[in-house]
Amino acid sequence: MNAQAPALRDPRLNRPEPFTPPLGDGGFFQRDRSIHPPAHAPGYKSSVLRSPRQALLSLENSISEITGPVFGHNDLGPLDNDLIRNYAKDGDPVGERIIVHGRVLDETGRGVPNTLVEFWQANAGGRYRHRKDTYLAPVDPNFGGCGRALTDDTGYYYFRTVKPGPYPWRNYVNSWRPAHIHFSVFGSGFAQRLITQMYFEGDPLIPVCPILTTIPDKDALDRLVAPLDLNASTPFDSLAYRFDIVLRGQRSTYFENRTAGN
Amino acid sequence: MPQPLNYLKETASQTAGPYVHIGLIPAMAGFDIFEKNFSNVLVTPSTQGERITLEGRVLDGTGTPLRDVLLEIWQANASGRYNHPADRSAGAPDDEFRGWGRAGSDFDSGLITFETIKPGAITDKAGRKCAPHVNIWIVARGINIGLNTRLYFSDEEAANAADPVLNLVEPPVRRATLIATRGERAGKVVYSFTINLQGAEETVFFDV
Repeated sequence: MNAQAPALRDPRLNRPEPFTPPLGDGGFFQRDRSIHPPAHAPGYKSSVLRSPRQALLSLENSISEITGPVFGHNDLGPLDNDLIRNYAKDGDPVGERIIVHGRVLDETGRGVPNTLVEFWQANAGGRYRHRKDTYLAPVDPNFGGCGRALTDDTGYYYFRTVKPGPYPWRNYVNSWRPAHIHFSVFGSGFAQRLITQMYFEGDPLIPVCPILTTIPDKDALDRLVAPLDLNASTPFDSLAYRFDIVLRGQRSTYFENRTAGN
Repeated sequence: MPQPLNYLKETASQTAGPYVHIGLIPAMAGFDIFEKNFSNVLVTPSTQGERITLEGRVLDGTGTPLRDVLLEIWQANASGRYNHPADRSAGAPDDEFRGWGRAGSDFDSGLITFETIKPGAITDKAGRKCAPHVNIWIVARGINIGLNTRLYFSDEEAANAADPVLNLVEPPVRRATLIATRGERAGKVVYSFTINLQGAEETVFFDV
């Protein structure tokens, strides 16, 4: 466990402590693709023409993959993690007020500090503020639907928003997305780059979503579902949901070997 | 039973969806929200190096350009050094170059552009020279997990021929899918690329 992590904030209390090797400076752990959706997932029809058919070429990580962009507080504005206020024009947005919080960890269980987390979502009626979204639910004049945060030195992040609504989309004639928030996370190296979606505990649309069910591993799917976290809720103000994100771990270089003859 | 290893599992990827612009390039979604925005311009007036434009498209299995795709690039500076603490190579750092940018494709043409500099050659841990290249990450509706590829430069024939990654690509005919073509337009250097998601000329994608 990261010794710097304040105990009250640690979302994995009561879970087994993971093995924590020395901080890595080598390549990232090999990605376990069996827990990710395959590129070609015919139930999600858009993937059919957009999925590579050749095998991916596996590459030992070089400096090009171990490194990645570094962001700082100068890149963000003070309201960037407050979706209730960051686009408010003449009042608060409509919807259930919620706090979303958690930690960005790597596979060793270590918090990923100072990393950029970006999030975007539909409004409470299931409508996106996007020129290409034509769903009949109205745009909320006080809701933009995006924000971003930098994790602190323990990997912790939080933001405030309204709970997004589900919405229909063209896959089958009656396909509906469960309520979800999109997340983009960087990590310390470009090979950790990840986009995913967070879902809400108890949503009956989860098991019938053609996008969510592209994930072949039941446990991996469950890990995208954020539990209600009453302890983090603000009485008479906002409910809270907790969502931890795990990025690939990084190997330590215990012994340096140079390839002979090169 | 042996001792448990207790590693955590990586969070599963999900598609960026058609509205990825809202979160990552809100101006393209049609609104203005953040004081500071990320963009496809990687250079400032003080950045060291040769100014170049990268210009290309991502094509689906029918050869149609994706018009809702988002690309990010990550590259070394003109001295071949990444702006990251893990790069302790000999190249000179450049504080005026983060080395990262993102771009959405044009909603009509599918065209993607970046304004950047040509990166220098990189020295890997084994001391080998790697040809100048730009790392690319691709997300879109219908792409379930981000695709990693690279762009090399057509005017670096000798360096490309010796590059340890290009030389892993089999059959060799597929190496050409990673090479951007140098040209000039109105006095500016433009490297053109096409990323084919499928087909006979499918681009080489990496499992990094």
